[in-house]
Amino acid sequence: MFEQIEGSQAVAKAIALCRPEVICAYPITPQTHIVEGCAEMIRTGAIQNCEFINVESEFAALSVAIGSSAAGARTYTATASQGLLFMAEAVYNAAGLGLPIVMTIGNRAIGAPINIWNDHSDSMALRDAGWIQLHAETNQEAADLHIQAFKLAERLSAPVMVCMDGFILTHAYERVAIPDQAQVDAFLPPYQPRQILDPADPYTIGAMVGPEAFMEVRYLAHDKLLQALSVIPEIQQEFKEVFGRESGGLFHGYRVEDAETVVVTMGSLAGTVKDLVDEVRENGAKIGVITLCSYRPFPLDGLRHALQGAAKVIVLEKSLALGFGGVLAADVRTALHGRDTHIHTVIAGLGGRPITRKSLARMFARVERDDLKDPHFLDLDLDIVRREIDNQRSQITAGPIAENILREIGPCGPKAV
Amino acid sequence: MSDMTAEQKVKFYQKGTFTAGNRLVDQARRSVQASMERSNAITSGHRACQGCGEALGARYALDAAMRATEGQLIAVNATGCLEVFTTPYPETSWQVPWIHSLFGNAAAVASGVAAAMRVKGREQVRVVAQGGDGGTTDIGFGCLSGMFERNDDVLYICYDNEAYMNTGVQRSSATPPTARTATTPAVGPEPGNVFGTGKNLPLIAMAHNIPYVATASVANLHDLERKVEKAVAIRGARYIHIFVPCPLGWGSASHDTIRIARLASECGLFPLFEAEHGEVTGSIPIRRKVPVEEYLRPQKRFAHLFKDGGGERIARLQRMADANIKRFDLLREAEEAPL
Ligand SMILES: Cc1ncc(C[n+]2csc(CCOP(=O)(O)OP(=O)(O)O)c2C)c(N)n1
Ligand code: SF4
Ligand SMILES: [Mg+2]
Repeated sequence: MFEQIEGSQAVAKAIALCRPEVICAYPITPQTHIVEGCAEMIRTGAIQNCEFINVESEFAALSVAIGSSAAGARTYTATASQGLLFMAEAVYNAAGLGLPIVMTIGNRAIGAPINIWNDHSDSMALRDAGWIQLHAETNQEAADLHIQAFKLAERLSAPVMVCMDGFILTHAYERVAIPDQAQVDAFLPPYQPRQILDPADPYTIGAMVGPEAFMEVRYLAHDKLLQALSVIPEIQQEFKEVFGRESGGLFHGYRVEDAETVVVTMGSLAGTVKDLVDEVRENGAKIGVITLCSYRPFPLDGLRHALQGAAKVIVLEKSLALGFGGVLAADVRTALHGRDTHIHTVIAGLGGRPITRKSLARMFARVERDDLKDPHFLDLDLDIVRREIDNQRSQITAGPIAENILREIGPCGPKAV
Repeated sequence: MSDMTAEQKVKFYQKGTFTAGNRLVDQARRSVQASMERSNAITSGHRACQGCGEALGARYALDAAMRATEGQLIAVNATGCLEVFTTPYPETSWQVPWIHSLFGNAAAVASGVAAAMRVKGREQVRVVAQGGDGGTTDIGFGCLSGMFERNDDVLYICYDNEAYMNTGVQRSSATPPTARTATTPAVGPEPGNVFGTGKNLPLIAMAHNIPYVATASVANLHDLERKVEKAVAIRGARYIHIFVPCPLGWGSASHDTIRIARLASECGLFPLFEAEHGEVTGSIPIRRKVPVEEYLRPQKRFAHLFKDGGGERIARLQRMADANIKRFDLLREAEEAPL
C-alpha cells in the first residue's frame, strides 16, 4: 500500500514487518525517528513479541544485539556517525562472530567539528569490519533493503548495515509502497540459526584463536562477503518475484549502455545526478550513472564489466580519506585496474554541503574539457582554504581547525561574505 | 538462615581454618563442590596459573548456579584471564553455553541474551555475566551500570584480583592503595598504588537499588555458594563481587590462595556482606580478627610496606580495614555459625 511517509517511518514499518525479536538503540540524529517509530509500534502492539531495550550507549546497543542474536533472536539496531564509531569495537566483533544483525546507518559526518548533516564518513570508516554494507538510493529502496537485509544476513550468517542518507532520506516525506505482512512472511522465513547459546547443546562462542588458525578464520570471513556478491542479486530477484519491484542488487545503471562518461556514486545523490544526466544528454553528451547499492562486498568484476564502454569515469563521493583522497574512487580504480579509463575523483557534500545541479553541471563540463584536477572538491571555498593555509605557513598554530579559521579569517559561508 | 539455626545447634570449627568442614555437616548441606554431581562448569585442562583464585571462584560460582538452575544456564564472559585461560581454540573448558564478545561489554551482551530468552519464552534459562575487576569496575562499568539501571535479568559476577592480570598486572580502579603493580611501581615517595583512589563497586551497585548485591570470597565456599544460589533465585539485576587472589600478580605462594583470601576478610579489608534493594541485609562477622600486616606480609606486592617508612602506610590500611569493620559491624558476637 502506498503511503506518503517519512523515510524513517517507512523503515520502521519495514522493520516491524520483518518480525524482529529484539530491538536496542541509543538516540543519535538523524537515526532517532526510526527507533522512535519502532518503540511506538512495540507499545501499541503493532510489533508483537519483541523486546525494545533502551541502552546507555551505542557500544551497549550493539553489544546487546550481539547477545540476543547469539541466543537466536532476530535483532535490529540503528545508529549514525559518532554512534557508529562509539560502537566500532563491537561492529568488528559482531561480524567476527557471524551474527546476522541488521543495523540502519543514517549516514552523517564525523566530528570534530561536530556536524549532524549527511555524508558517508561514518559507514566508510567501518567498511572493512566484515559487515555487508548496502546503500539506499530512495526511501522505497531503504524500506525494501531492510526486508532483504534480514534474509541476506541470515542466509550468510553475516551482519548487514543498511545505509541511508541522513536527513535527505531519513527525514524526507515520499510516496513509499509499504508491503503487507503476508508478502513479507512469504519472502522472509523465520530465523533459524545453525548455532545458538542453548543449555541443551552447550557451545563455546568467541574463543581465543591464535596464529595457527586466525588466517583461515579471516579468509573465510572474506569469502563469506564474496559469496554475498552472488547472494545479493539472488535475493534481489526473489524480492522482485514477491513484491514486483526492482530494489537492491549490487548496483543500478542508468543510461550507461552507450555512455562515454559514467558517474559512479552511492545513495540519494543518484537522483540528482540522473536528472542532470537527462538534461545533459539533450545536448548530445553521452553520459550515464552507476549507483552502487552494495559497497561491501564491492562488486569489482561487475563494475569492471559495466564500465567497459566508458572512456571517462567520475567517482562522485561523499567521503574523504584524509591524507589520501577519495575512498570510493580508490575502489573504482581497483576495479578498472589496467585500463586506460580516465578516472576523476570528485568529493562532494561533506557535512551536508548541498550538491547542486548547477555545480555538478559545471563539473561535468570541465570533465568533458579534460580540465579537472584530481581529486576535485566540489564547491570548496578555495579563498578561505588558501588564506588559512597561508596563515598557518607564517606561524606555528596548534589548535582546532574550525576555530583557527574563525580567529584568523572570520566566519566562512555565504552569510559571511 | 533461620532454618539453618534451628538445625545447626552445634558450633563446630575446624582447627586452623575456622570454617566448618564439609564432612561435619549433613549431606544435604554440603557444598556443591563436594558433590559428585557438581557440573564442573569449568572442567580441568584450562591454562590458569597454579593456585589461581579466579579459576576456583568461577568454578565455585558457576557450579552453584548450575545446580540452582538445574543446568539451565548461559554464561557471558568479558575478556581477561578467565576467558583466555579457558578457551585456547580449539579447546574449551566450558561445559555450559558460553560466549565471549569483548572486554567492556559482558553486561550488555548478557542483557541481550536475557532479552532473547524472554522473547523466546525460555525464561527458565538464567544468564550469568562474568568479568575481572578491570572488565567490571573500569572498562565495562558503563554497560554494567546500564544493565543494573534497567534491572535486566542478569547475574553479574566480578572476579576481583585487584588488577589487570591478563595484560601483566597493571593497576585497575580495584587495586588497593600501596599495592605494587606494573603501572604503580613500588618506587618514589608514594610506592605502589596511591591512597584516596579507587571505587567500591559493591556499594555502587547497591546505589542502583538492584534486588541483590553481595561480596564473597573463595575462602568461604559455603557462603559463596549460598549467595550464588540466592542470587539465582531472584529476578532482575544482581551483582556478586568475589575476592580471588592471584598468585602471579600478588607475588604470593600458589598454595596460599585460600589462606590469603581468608586473611583479607579476617583483617577487615574485604568485608563479606549482602544487600537487597540497596540495604545491607547481612554480613559475615569476623571470628578471629587479624591485623592487616598478617594479610599483607605474604604478598610481594606489599613487600615495600615492610621496609623503612612502611609503618604509616600500613597504619592507613589498618584504618581502612577498621572502617569496614565498623560499617558492617563485623566484630559483633557471631550469633550463629554461618556455614
Ligand atoms: C578494549 C580493550 N582494551 C584493552 C584490552 C586488553 N586487555 C585484555 S584483558 C585485560 C586485563 C583484564 O583485567 P581484568 O578485567 O581485571 O581481568 P583479569 O585478567 O585480571 O582476570 C586487558 C587490559 C582489550 N582486550 N580490549
Ligand atoms: S595471572 Fe592470576 S588471574 Fe591470571 S591465571 Fe594466573 S593466577 Fe589466575
Ligand atoms: Mg583483574
